[in-house]
Amino acid sequence: MQSLVIVAHGSHLNPESSAPTYDHADTIRATGAFDEVRTGFWKEEPHFREVLRTVEGDEIYVVPLFVSEGYFTEQVIPRELRLAGWDVSEWDSDGLSADQATLVAEDIDREVHYCGPVGTHRAMTDVIVRRAESVTDDPDVGEGFGLAVVGHGTERNENSAKAIEYHADRIAERDRFDEVKALYMDEDPEVDDLPEHFESDDVVLVPLFIADGYHTQEDIPEDVGLCEDHTEGYDVPETVDGTRIWYAGAVGTEPLMADVVLERAADAGADLGTALDDVRETTRVATGD
Amino acid sequence: MAEPTSDATDEGEASGDAPETDPEAPEIDLPADAFDAVLDALDDRDPGEPLRFEGFSVERDDEGEYVLADGDSSTPLDERDLHEELSERAPAVTDWYAFERVVGEFGPRRAFLRWIEDADGETVATRYAALAEGIERAWGELKITATVTDRGERRYDVRHADDAGVPVDELEAHEDPLDARKLVTYDEKGRYRPLKTAPSLAGGWVFPDLGPRDLYETVETIYPATVANWHREREGGLDVTHWRETMERQSGIYGVVKTWDRGEGHEHVNWVAEACCDDSQCLKRREWEYDDETDLDVDGGDGAFPCREPCSVVVSAARKWTRLESEQPRTYEFDLTPSEKEQVEAIIDAVADGRIDEIREADTKEGANRYRTRFLRAKLFDDEGNLGGVPTEPDEE
Ligand code: SF4
Repeated sequence: MQSLVIVAHGSHLNPESSAPTYDHADTIRATGAFDEVRTGFWKEEPHFREVLRTVEGDEIYVVPLFVSEGYFTEQVIPRELRLAGWDVSEWDSDGLSADQATLVAEDIDREVHYCGPVGTHRAMTDVIVRRAESVTDDPDVGEGFGLAVVGHGTERNENSAKAIEYHADRIAERDRFDEVKALYMDEDPEVDDLPEHFESDDVVLVPLFIADGYHTQEDIPEDVGLCEDHTEGYDVPETVDGTRIWYAGAVGTEPLMADVVLERAADAGADLGTALDDVRETTRVATGD
Repeated sequence: MAEPTSDATDEGEASGDAPETDPEAPEIDLPADAFDAVLDALDDRDPGEPLRFEGFSVERDDEGEYVLADGDSSTPLDERDLHEELSERAPAVTDWYAFERVVGEFGPRRAFLRWIEDADGETVATRYAALAEGIERAWGELKITATVTDRGERRYDVRHADDAGVPVDELEAHEDPLDARKLVTYDEKGRYRPLKTAPSLAGGWVFPDLGPRDLYETVETIYPATVANWHREREGGLDVTHWRETMERQSGIYGVVKTWDRGEGHEHVNWVAEACCDDSQCLKRREWEYDDETDLDVDGGDGAFPCREPCSVVVSAARKWTRLESEQPRTYEFDLTPSEKEQVEAIIDAVADGRIDEIREADTKEGANRYRTRFLRAKLFDDEGNLGGVPTEPDEE
């Protein structure tokens, strides 16, 4: 029996935090690729500490819904899941390449496949592009557009900046958008000065965050100048200093994220049948004709 | 699949509302899927290896005929005769089918569904009679009513206990257990519920007709991991992690909570438990203590399901208290009338007990009444919001 466990941060204050986790779990459930799909949280229930005891299967894939490798994926989750003998060297990662480690979870005395976070998977690049398509409602968006991928800089976590650069570079290589830039909230190049970094009249701004919350709904919109105060709201697109900014909100809310969760499990050996194709198909942006 | 087991761990609680006099067991038809499952189970067994039901067993003999052993008698039967014999014993066969094939092996689910009808304590006849009337169970704020169809299938109605007796069509009806995620997100006043076991579950909905697996999923969605932990506790294997150990484990921004325990007693943890874990705040029964050797002085509560370690809400609050409690007390001097002192106490009580909304606008007898409180503020606060005009930091004067 094959089980998927999606682990995410959650929140004591903001119900939107767990919403993408539930949505992606539902998308994956509908594919039937797993006998069960469970969700566990750091700040909600079931907690990381107790989620595994709710799991029935014997082939268990744990996928962290986090944007980068770091404190949560390397320390908190393995500790709270009680993965025996965990050492970050199990992943042998350069900060982007964690794939999976198979370890016994002492809580249930069964092996689990502990996967790398969704945010650093190569399939995440497609989700960022898909997010740009959804926010512009144009499945061919690219020409005449710039794309900004934004996240925390190195101050909070060195790997967070790495993940942002990685995806920005990969998108740039595709020559789809006129310009692609990685911007940061707490270091240069800063998202505050977005229009200065782009020549294009239209720029899609995609924050590399899992869920909408303080950073994506208050911090970034105010810093970028989409609004004076987040309570006023803003339009999409909103013109700032002559640049039309298409603000996408957290990339993690994009339905195609379910695909990355599946990719992580597949890389760790899960048997998915046609689920990957199914998810890519069902989460597509309509062509509008 | 496991043989029907008879766990010795059952607590033998009375089955809900079973009437005093022996109620009548309902007529049960043996459904084809149950009969087919019996044939499959016999196929999987070697000849001579019995499949046990309550009160009788069936096995294949070497000739491929079936042998039903009931008390002292055993009769060789062909498939048609077997069907007839099993139809006469449909309650026992459908009971086997319900637990061995529908519910399955998974420990927490199986134990929970057996507990609901006291399957390890009562006979099939007694249970089916009780199910025909409806067996009621409480789980947190939930009321679960178990019934049986004339095909021996279990059906369950789940709703808020406050909605007991309300006709289904007056409630918002749901079928999918995952719908419950939406029902638990906000309380009655639309406020986000960070703790699923807080006694603030809103009502007005019902899952009127769930099968056994969906019942388990619904309960585990409303109160995550409570069945799993209750099951471990019944099996004698609940892994309790006490306060000290939990705080020692914290890291990052929570690492500071370690410093709150200074080896000077555990009074602060009593206060935490009284603040957060009281039954008025959380329906879990707190099983964790200060440490292995030191129990807290406050009661853990009476909940059906245990709490095995301080939860994330408590750890987050403890982080705040660690900082606040590192401050040294100071003496502030200001004057209150006796009634004003009592009013301050009344306001603290009203906030702590969540009673603010119950205090009527014009009820000036209540210390925590809004007009009374605004009056107190107008009288005692200076322009900077200092109580009694006394600044918080002495050098602000
Ligand atoms: S620690 Fe206290 S508040 Fe938290 S779940 Fe346990 S009993 Fe409830």
